[in-house]
Amino acid sequence: MDTIKSKQVTFKVFRFNEETDYLPYYNTYTLDVTHEEVVLDILNRIKWDHDGSLSYRRSCRHGICGVCSIKANGKGILACKTRLFDLVETFGSEITLEPLSIKRAIKDLIIDKKDFWDKHAQVQPFLVSDIEEHPAQEHLVSPHDAEKLLEADYCIQCGACHYSCPALAINEEFIGPAAFAAAYRFSADVRDEASLERLHVVNEEAQGVWDCVKCMECAEVCPKEVNPIEKITKLHNMVFEANIAKNNVATRHAVGFAHSIEKHGLLDEGELVRYSEGNIGVLKHVPVALKMFAKGKIVLPWNMPKADKLDEIKKLVKSSSTVKF
Amino acid sequence: MEKLKYALFTGCTAKESTPEQMMATLAVANKLGIELVELTEASCCGASHLQDYDDFLSLVLNARNIAYAEKHGLTMVTICNTCQLNTAMTKHRLDHNAELKAKVNAKLSEVGLEYKGTSQITHFLYAIIDDFGLDKIKEMVVKPLSQFNIAPFYGCHNIRPSELQNETHKGHENPYKPTSLDDLIIACGGASVDYEEKNKCCGFHAELQAPRTAAILTGNAVAGAMDANADWMVTPCPLCHLKLDTQTHHASVAIGREVSLPVLHMQQMVGLALGCTSAELGLNHHVTKVNFV
Repeated sequence: MDTIKSKQVTFKVFRFNEETDYLPYYNTYTLDVTHEEVVLDILNRIKWDHDGSLSYRRSCRHGICGVCSIKANGKGILACKTRLFDLVETFGSEITLEPLSIKRAIKDLIIDKKDFWDKHAQVQPFLVSDIEEHPAQEHLVSPHDAEKLLEADYCIQCGACHYSCPALAINEEFIGPAAFAAAYRFSADVRDEASLERLHVVNEEAQGVWDCVKCMECAEVCPKEVNPIEKITKLHNMVFEANIAKNNVATRHAVGFAHSIEKHGLLDEGELVRYSEGNIGVLKHVPVALKMFAKGKIVLPWNMPKADKLDEIKKLVKSSSTVKF
Repeated sequence: MEKLKYALFTGCTAKESTPEQMMATLAVANKLGIELVELTEASCCGASHLQDYDDFLSLVLNARNIAYAEKHGLTMVTICNTCQLNTAMTKHRLDHNAELKAKVNAKLSEVGLEYKGTSQITHFLYAIIDDFGLDKIKEMVVKPLSQFNIAPFYGCHNIRPSELQNETHKGHENPYKPTSLDDLIIACGGASVDYEEKNKCCGFHAELQAPRTAAILTGNAVAGAMDANADWMVTPCPLCHLKLDTQTHHASVAIGREVSLPVLHMQQMVGLALGCTSAELGLNHHVTKVNFV
């Protein structure tokens, strides 16, 4: 059977030297690549055969050190684990290689990850436990308790999710998916004693979990399948369970769904905005609401539709609720 | 081909802020000869927020909705990306965790229901592309959209996480290079416009909590489509639609540039090509005027 053993691929590679350049530019290389080659092989070939000044980070070559993460056609990848043939299948034979964050580029594909590490530092990414220096017995974690981490400990801090998060790209205070996953990893550990402190950090407005836009980019991009947004949801839940949720627009917005569903089965959109924003805060939505009303997009309270068999829904909301606010 | 029949989970916006989406869904289904049985008992899916407050309650309610589709013995079809994600995510979790499924079913038994896992869940976009077929839609086009450059806006919750979405529809949609909506635009006779934001977030879910973030994301999306010379945008998600159609003033202020484009629901675009009238498709319900019909 004939198999295609090599393909011709054109690489546009991001170049920038903070010390000598004002603006970045791209160098183009057309190479024959084989089905065995990963992106890191190509970077090595460009550096060794074409331009020794190309700079990028590499270390383990086994997808565990996390330093070789870059973007290929906008997709965050580990250069050492991503096969060229897979990229070509998705994007075609022109592949653009860029740093994870263009605005943080120092030299070519190398970025300054200070912001990433600063976010981690905010959430105490380590076990806080007051244990004896010479314990009489082992401090065991049962398999059941270890499962509670939901594999958040698989994170290799490559930054792929952090630099793909649109909320973080706009709001620099936002802690971001990687550090949230770390906050969950240690707060979910039965040996840890700083869970409440971390929950207070992730519960703050602007920096905390409430600013997540739910785009699922972090779940998609993670090369280790850590699924950061699952951990972000868990942190939301833990904030409510710890009874430290503040009475603000973000918390009321989540809770408001339960109220609305219990009353109508469906979401009362207008009431959700009023309940979340409060009677004064809601006024800022009046101009848009009037435009929507004029186009038949607002249902008045007395016309609010209800789900059939609402009694079932009411019963389930009562019997299945696990938290209070 | 046997007549296609689905259990329709409308979601809340189709009943409230996007009535035109409901109208267009029914009009297109009628044209294509697809039978939709509305799940009138269904509750809100929680829209990715209820689960932040009470994850178990969210699971029970979504499982109840799916149980009603199972009672009809039909695939559930959704018309909102977020309904699709929440419902499909519930199915995924229950089908892969017997203990959780038993816990949820213990609650559902209180109202005489059971979640079995027998119904598939798909978005109407994929129902008409995968089950009905693009070629057949193409054959039925009477008023091709050949004069328009149309910018597809996919909406996060139909394309991410891909692992989950590929369980629920047959076509492999790559979230980094989605094609379904582009293919549908072309089948309707239009030209699809490529731009960076087409698979990005519109900001809807953070509108109240993080209004600046949400407005900038909306602004970037519309600006991206405008810069690619789009005449209008199209989306399969009513939440994206609300953001792109009604919030362009805030978006323009946030990005410091006037942005505005007509935005059609995917069903409205197909309906136009199939010869539905603008009244049937509710085009008068848009805040940003649909100025080309």
